[in-house]
Order: sequence, then structure tokens, then C-alpha cells
Amino acid sequence: MEKITLASQLLQYLITGLTVGSVYAMVAVGFNIIYNVTEIINFAQGEFVMLGGLIMVFFHVAMGLSLILAFPATVILVTLVGMLLDRLAIRPIRQPSVLTLIIATIAASIIIKGAAMFIWGKDPYDLPAFSGRNPITFLGAVIQPQYLWVIGFLVFVVIALSIFFDRTIIGKAMSACADNADAASLVGINVKQMILLSFALSAGIGAVAGITMTPISLMEYDRGVMLAIKGFGAAILGGLGSFPGAILGGLIIGSIESFGAGLISSGYKDAFALLVLMAVLFFKPSGIFGDIEISKIKRF
Amino acid sequence: MDTVREENVLEVQKLVMTFGGLMALSNLNFQVKKGSIKAIIGPNGAGKTTLFNIITGSFPPTEGTVKFKDRSIQHLKAHKIADRGISRTFQTVELFGNMTVLENVMLGCHTRVRTSFMASGFVLPQSRRKEKRIRESALKILKFIGLTDKFKDSADSLPLGEQKLLEIGRALASEPELICLDEPAAGLNETETHVASSLIKAINAKGITVLLVEHDMKVVMNISDEIVVLNYGQKIAEGPPEDIRNNSRVIEAYLGAEA
Amino acid sequence: MLRITKLPITIFALFIIFFPWIARQIPAIDHYTDIMVFAGIYCLITIGLSLLMGYAGQISLGHAAFYGIGAYVSAILTVRYGLNPWACMCIGVAVTAAVALLVGAPSLKLKGHYLAMATLAFGIIIFIIFNEEIEWTGGPDGMAGIPGLSIFGFELDSVEKYFYLVWGFVLAAFVFTVNVIQSGTGRALRAIHASEPAASAMGVDVSRFKIMIFVYSAVLASLAGSLYAHYLNFVNPSTFDLFFSIKLLIMIALGGMHNIWGAVIGAGLITFLSYEWLHYFEEFDVIVYGAILLLVTIFLPQGLAGVPGIVKDWFRS
Repeated sequence: MEKITLASQLLQYLITGLTVGSVYAMVAVGFNIIYNVTEIINFAQGEFVMLGGLIMVFFHVAMGLSLILAFPATVILVTLVGMLLDRLAIRPIRQPSVLTLIIATIAASIIIKGAAMFIWGKDPYDLPAFSGRNPITFLGAVIQPQYLWVIGFLVFVVIALSIFFDRTIIGKAMSACADNADAASLVGINVKQMILLSFALSAGIGAVAGITMTPISLMEYDRGVMLAIKGFGAAILGGLGSFPGAILGGLIIGSIESFGAGLISSGYKDAFALLVLMAVLFFKPSGIFGDIEISKIKRF
Repeated sequence: MDTVREENVLEVQKLVMTFGGLMALSNLNFQVKKGSIKAIIGPNGAGKTTLFNIITGSFPPTEGTVKFKDRSIQHLKAHKIADRGISRTFQTVELFGNMTVLENVMLGCHTRVRTSFMASGFVLPQSRRKEKRIRESALKILKFIGLTDKFKDSADSLPLGEQKLLEIGRALASEPELICLDEPAAGLNETETHVASSLIKAINAKGITVLLVEHDMKVVMNISDEIVVLNYGQKIAEGPPEDIRNNSRVIEAYLGAEA
Repeated sequence: MLRITKLPITIFALFIIFFPWIARQIPAIDHYTDIMVFAGIYCLITIGLSLLMGYAGQISLGHAAFYGIGAYVSAILTVRYGLNPWACMCIGVAVTAAVALLVGAPSLKLKGHYLAMATLAFGIIIFIIFNEEIEWTGGPDGMAGIPGLSIFGFELDSVEKYFYLVWGFVLAAFVFTVNVIQSGTGRALRAIHASEPAASAMGVDVSRFKIMIFVYSAVLASLAGSLYAHYLNFVNPSTFDLFFSIKLLIMIALGGMHNIWGAVIGAGLITFLSYEWLHYFEEFDVIVYGAILLLVTIFLPQGLAGVPGIVKDWFRS
């Protein structure tokens, strides 16, 4: 009896971990899109997720828009915020250095966070689950239907992005910018537009992550930082710039966090992911795929 | 055996450097005699700068040894190699643009005169004395390279020719036994090139061994005692300028590269 | 730009000496002395950070942690073990230096983004520890009853006495740091900032210098933390959260990170903003801070300390 409960308990941790990990993976993919085109690490990446959740609450719960309408409306609105971030915080900087770009995105993130607190206050908000809250039991573990939505959307994002980067002209142009911005601009690609697009895309994916996670873990104005840093941890773990790495990194970080919180200490839940991040940075900053040539797996 | 006069300052033995499967240097051997001027030439991509970077410790070689005064140094970091007495300039000038001309040279004295963090924080008399000594020797070097008038200017504001001189001056400030000059004449006009070559000769006359990479054949033929020719990471010839000038393999390598 | 002359330091010292007296004369600002104590405490941290960020070009988003370690070591050792506060301050410095060395040695090999994230993660981990190790730290409720300071039996029991103590520390740290900047060490730091390959080719041990400055800045933050704990007689984790690290960044950016005076100006201004001038905004002051940080980054990259230079250029042309 004891053994079965332990096994199902572990399975439960794994399922939760993979769900949370899917969110981190989406954040990590967002980091990578911007990083690949601009070499900027956008410290405001987590704010997109937060905004996604809260704006969805506004459209779906407060305004009563149906899920089908509220979802795209939210994604579009957050995408616009992402574009504004590029236009108002990144592009005006005259002498961009790593230091000033970091500072600019940090500034943007606290402005967004402050604005969210101004609009929504400090309380966490709930969102109805997409297809109810009747849990599915699987080998003694409980699976919320929303978990499947989160994981499903990660898969959707992955497929959509790989089609975008491999099959569309704009996607290929963005890839070209990522490889060599100077060469890209020589062949007539508008690098500035590509940067804008990268912020838009990355914000949109952040919004999807926020919308899908809110029914599980609620959403409040100050969740952005932690999501950003864990998503960054995922991106680093998988090798910064690598999309498959980001997904694997996200799932690993989510699982470590879930098992750590369940088996070691729930108070230190957030610390596990950060410890992993620091360990990777210290010992293998190229990530777990570091030995393989990054460029080969950089894109789908 | 006349070992005293023939003493080698630098010995490169069986040096191999690969970058991800690409062979930048393969099985390279040569020596630099104490007090000589040795030039390394070769077409673009021959591995000259890679060689320089290995000698001065930017990265370790894949295989092989670099001996400086009979001690291997290929595993040492750049700053340790500087301590041992090897100084360098860079192909693309790497001055400290945010500092003045004088400060650039003063920083060059770093290997010789050091003040501890605490001593400088508390302005102990010893740190003041050291600072004064550094300043004096830096001024002497500025005089030697002819930039005394500009000692207060920021390094960024100098024209390229003077930046190159300043970089040599900064390298001299560490009182090296071997100075490695990476294309000292690149980008210079004829007069500036002339100034640079006579400066290199003057440095050599002080007893400092010079190793240089240079594309300007006039300079190379003029000032070098010996020349090593590299092509695709391999040594294809070595000898005094007059031999190199008539070496068929060298001519082939250059013509092949230019065609 | 980098020569820091004695005259401004003297004027500044005189300003500090007479500040409490002036504040006492004007009822509207008589509580400014109290705010200036905090300004001094923050100043102690920003002086070190300015050396780290402006002169050595390394970014840290984790200095709240060192500030917190100093404060908690002082709090725990005095309250739970009854040790002498000055001894605790020294132990705090030693502990912080050791932690900074441990974190700094691998972190400072990293550059730019990675370093920022590593220090950010470190800061949050320490913050979580302050919250979770309730037996030691009192958890989120914090610790009260931390004794005040005294010098040879002379109790520093008033705001004004403590003011002089804190600003004495600041002045000492300022002068020490200025001396370092103007010595060979400062030259080496600026060289590292300008070109690491050239600096190391000239014999500068780049990583040693970076670690040295990182530890120095951490030690100053730790001292500031101890001074804070003994002044308020109370500590709790929220003082040392991530936002405080960002606030430090705002101080440095606003003042100007390439000039040590920037650290003083920035710390002073932001302290007065948060304790006095932004009351109207309540919790939404974060938006103001964000706006300040963004505007300064875009329009005034040299910070306020760079304004005289801009004005001078403007007049010349």
C-alpha cells in the first residue's frame, strides 16, 4: 500500500513538474526568440506572462467575452505591449551596451509590474479552467484537465514556431538576422523590423503561457520576476538560443522544482530552480547541449 | 659551441592548434634568437595571429610547447606570460580609449610595480612613491616614442599612426625581453611606416628581442634578421630576408594566394 | 573626469557636519537628519557598487543579499548570543567576504547577462533563506531587540549621534575608494573596462581584480547592513528583497555610474524620494522608479554626475 502511494505521489510530482515546466519552456522560448535576433536578454519576459493571465481575466471574466474571443484578444494586446517595449525602451537607447540594455529591460519590467498593480491591485485572480476542473485519475495521480491544455499549448507553440522559422519568408529572414545581422541587412532585410517582430512574437508566446497557467496557479501583478528568472534558467540549461534546449530545460527545471518542493521542502520551492540556474552558470554556461555545436540545434 | 651568443629566447616546438576540426597551425617549429628581430609572414589566414595569441597566452595550443627562456609557458594565462617578460601589441589597436596617453603607458608598468588594494586605499607612502616612479618611467617612454606633447590627450583622440606608436610604448613600459608586434605598419602611410620601422629598430638596439607579424614586405625585408613564412598553418620557409626573397615556395604561396 | 579633487570633498564634509544643525533650525525638515542616516547607509553600498559597475564594468543584481547578510549576522549574534555589536559587525564583514568570494569567483568569469542573472538568482536565494530559516532569522516577522551601538561607553542613542557615525563610515569609505580609483588599482580597473585582452596582455590579472572589487563592494554592503540593524533595532527580510537590489541599481544609474560622486548623489536622491517625496504615490512609486531608470538610461547615460560635462560642452559649442 505504502509503495503504491509513494509511486503515485512521485507520478503526481512529475505531472505537476512537467506542467509547470511547460510554462517555463514557453518563457524560455520567448527569451530565445529575442536573444537570437538581438542578443538582448529581456528581463521583462516574465511580465508578458503576468499580463497574459491578468488581461485574460479582464476579457474573459470581467467583460464576459467567450474563451474563443478573449484568448486571441489577450494575445494581441500583450503582443502590442511587447512591441511598445521595443519602441519605447530598447530602440531609443543611443549607445546600446549589455549593461544599458539590461537596465532598460529591468526598468520596463518594473514599470509594467507597477502598472499592473495600479490596474488590478495586489490580489491574485482566478480564471475558469478551459474545460472544467473535473480531475482525471491516472495510476493514482490526479491530472487537472488544464494541465493538458498547458502541455498542449507548448506543443502547439513549438509546431507553429518551427513552421514559422522554416517555411515562411519572414521567419527565414528572422533566422538570417540571428545568424548575422550585418549580412541580413545587406541582403535587404529590415533588421529593426525583425527586432520589433521578435519582441512581438516573444510577448505573444508569453501571453499564451500566462493565459494557460492562470487557471492552475492564479495570477497576480508580481509573478513576472520569478517566471522570468526560471524561464531564463530553462533557456540557459538547454543552451541559450536553442529552442529544443529551451523546451527540455523548461521541463527539467519544472520537474526539479516539483520534486524538490514535494520531497525536500516546499518553502525552498523557488530556490531549487535558482540553484540549478546558478550551478549551470558556474559549471557549464553553454548548457547541457553545450558540447554539441549549438548552431546545429539552434533552430527547429 | 658558441651557446651564449646563440641563446634562444623563444622556442616553439611541435605546435598544433585546431579550431573545431579546422587546423590553424600544424606541427610548427621555430626559434627566436636573443636580441634579434624575427618576422612571421604569410598570406591571410596562414595562422600568424593565432600563433601570436598562443605565445602571449590568449588561449592554450591544442598540442606542443612554447618555451620562453627554457621554461614552457603554453599553459600560462596571458597576465602570467606578461609577468615573465613577453609583451605584445594587437592587430586591431586595443588601447584603453577611456584613459589618457600617459595613463596607457603607466598601465604598461603594471607588471613591474604593483600596489596592493589596501596600500592604495590608505595612500601609504610606499604607494605614493611607486606611483611617482611609474609616472617618471612612463614619461621617459613617451619621450622615446615621441608622444610627450600629447601625454594628456585621451588615447581615442590620436590618429591611427600615433595609436600604433602608443601601443608599442605601452608594451615597452613593462620592460619586456620579448616584444610581439602584430602588424605594426598596417594602415599606416609611408611616413608613419618609416617612423614605426625606425622605432622597432631602436627598440631592438636596446637589447629587446622583437617578434613581428607584418604584411608590408618593405618593412619586413628592411628590419628583420630572420623570417618565418607560414602558409595554411605550416612553416614553408625560414631564413634571412635575402633567402626568403628568392625562395620559390614562398613566391608560389603568395602568387597563389593573390591569384 | 576622474581626478577627484580635495575641495569638493571638504565642502561635502562640511555640509555633513552642519547638516543636523541646519535641519534643527527649520522645523519642516528637522526629520531630514533621520532620513540622512538611511541615505548614508545606502551611500555606503552604492560607493562600492559604483566601483564595481562603473569602473570595473561588472553588473550585480544581488547586493541586497550582502546588505542582508551583514544585518542578519549582527542581529543574530547580538540578540541570540549577546556578543559585542562591533565584533558582530566584523564577523558580518568576514562572513560576507567569504560568501562574496565563493559566489564571485565563478560568477565573475561570466559576462553581461549571465553575471546579472547569477547575482540575481543568488540574491533571491538568500532572501528565501532569510524567510525560511525561522529558528535563526525569525522568518518573515523578522527580529526585534537588536541593541544600539556605543563607542567606549558613549551611547550613540540619538539620531544625530548615529548620523555622525554613519556618515563617518561613508566619508572613510569614500576617501578610501577615491584613493583606490586614483592608484594603479583604479587604472587597472579602467583598463579592464576598456579592453580585457589588452589589460591581461599588460599583466593585469583580470579575474583577480574583478573578485577583489566584488568582495570590497560586498563588504561595504555588509557594513551598511550592520549599521542598519543597530539603528532600527529590528530587521525583517523584506528590506533585503530583489527590489532593493534594483533600487541600488537605480541609485547608481541616476547618479551616474562612471563617477564616484554619482553614487553619493544617487543614493541621497533616491532615499529622499522613497522616504519623503514619493509618499503621494504610495505603493505605485515603483512606476516612478521604473520611469526614472528608463529615462536616465535613454536620455542621461552618464547620470546626474554627467550633467556638468554636458553643460560645459553645450556652452563650448
